[in-house]
Amino acid sequence: MLEKTGVPTEQDLAGVIPPRERLARGPVAVIECFQRIPCNPCYTACKQGAIREFADINDPPVIDFDRCNGCALCVSKCPGLAIFVVDETYSADRALVKLPYEFLPVPARGQEVDLLNREGRVVGRGRVERVQNAKVQDRTLIIWVAVPKELSMEVRNIKVGDCQ
Amino acid sequence: MICVQRTEIAIVGAGPAGLSAAASAASAGAAVTLLDRQEQCGGQLIKQTHAFFGSEKQYASVRGIDIARLLTEQVRALPNVEILNEATVLGYYQDDGVLAFEKDDRFQKIKPERLIIATGASERTLAFPNNDLPGIYGAGAVQTLMNVYGVVPGRRVLMVGAGNIGLIVSYQLLQAGVEVAAIIEAAPKIGGYLVHAAKVRRMGVPILTSWTIKMAHGQDAVEGATIWQLDEKWQPVPGTERELEVDVICIAVGLSPLAELLWQAGCAMKYVPELGGHVPVRSELMETTVPGIYVAGDVAGVEEASSAMVEGRLAGLAAAQSLGYGLTDAAGLIEEAQRQLESLRCGPVGEKIRRGLAQVGR
Ligand code: SF4
Ligand code: SF4
Repeated sequence: MLEKTGVPTEQDLAGVIPPRERLARGPVAVIECFQRIPCNPCYTACKQGAIREFADINDPPVIDFDRCNGCALCVSKCPGLAIFVVDETYSADRALVKLPYEFLPVPARGQEVDLLNREGRVVGRGRVERVQNAKVQDRTLIIWVAVPKELSMEVRNIKVGDCQ
Repeated sequence: MICVQRTEIAIVGAGPAGLSAAASAASAGAAVTLLDRQEQCGGQLIKQTHAFFGSEKQYASVRGIDIARLLTEQVRALPNVEILNEATVLGYYQDDGVLAFEKDDRFQKIKPERLIIATGASERTLAFPNNDLPGIYGAGAVQTLMNVYGVVPGRRVLMVGAGNIGLIVSYQLLQAGVEVAAIIEAAPKIGGYLVHAAKVRRMGVPILTSWTIKMAHGQDAVEGATIWQLDEKWQPVPGTERELEVDVICIAVGLSPLAELLWQAGCAMKYVPELGGHVPVRSELMETTVPGIYVAGDVAGVEEASSAMVEGRLAGLAAAQSLGYGLTDAAGLIEEAQRQLESLRCGPVGEKIRRGLAQVGR
């Protein structure tokens, strides 16, 4: 299905979503890269050794959730923009999703934005908690957005209203 | 009188393959003349605002525009490379081994000892009623407009083709604030990387596989398009038509190698659909059947820029080595380049390329 629609199925996702116990311990990367393609910057970016060395550059990434500390270094290094960091410990009812973002306008901290799922449908509203734009990110911003906890594995994009 | 210049290695095309060939051949010690018809080096890289795949050795995670700059700087720093921009190569005359080109409104000639053809590829078009209306572009033209000249092509686009180019250009259109009504793909599967597909999907753009364009509408320019579904035999299904209101139709249905110079030089050519059309028969060192003429990049078979760079490096090294340069470490470097190519092509997306390459060995 993914090959027909571009949207991963629940089955695809089941293989990459961290176990509940790990999510309960804080931020962790969710790598939504399902196809064998010649690519490995996620591995070279990770300073924690959380992404296993690629025997073959076409291998899909394999992550060790226990080593991953959710630092999000890999998020802006992935040319596929396929990595997200999810922190379900953010607050009682909110999770934090750190997502790669390359659009204008850039949201401001504190701004309310539409939350979009993998099909680009609006699934709720959330608040931008931080905008990371360090030089090493090379113009791929990382937006930290607080979302209703039950949407932590749904929200993968935001839509920023025009600030007119 | 027309005087003939001389050089050791002439390289036609300063895209990723040509630049890499120039860098490796000149680093080995050869005198290189690099010709390109544009005012700027980099070929298609100068429009690629996205970060590249591959490994660090092929500039993974670096944006295409920055790879163009890095490669150009690297080549410019080499004193034994002469770069001729705005030089359009017109022909190769194999009897005297002379390459003819136009520059500064003058017909000029250069006689190289070795020739590397890295001319790239051209976009394919698609036949459908009204496909000559203004507002119908090739994807490369849309990229040039937006990413080189800063002009958006319109308001709302139908993208035809879900290969990497169709997906990437759709994403770039969205970045430029242009709406993408849909991406349609005649094949039953998305051809490009699924991570690129996911990027445009989460922006809300539908990707319709097994769909094609039936016709374009409009008086003086595109006002809309009719699309329809294809069955398992790739036949359109009447009754499935849908109308889309768009003012741009962008065609991204693949590339064909720009091989005219190779034909003219008398290189043995073979029609290999997996590689995009007619491609030269060549050795493992990228030498064609005409001794001294090498190829690299899309002209040798349409692939990703990462492979084009490695092929360029390989062809540059091999050409230099055949002139007696770089003998100490050339063998190791050549082996390393071949290993990189193998690893880039060994996955399932490289399967088609491998099938194609199996047919063109010399
Ligand atoms: S979030 Fe940080 S620790 Fe986790 S995989 Fe990415 S780079 Fe490694
Ligand atoms: S860098 Fe991104 S696209 Fe490349 S293998 Fe890693 S997750 Fe996949």
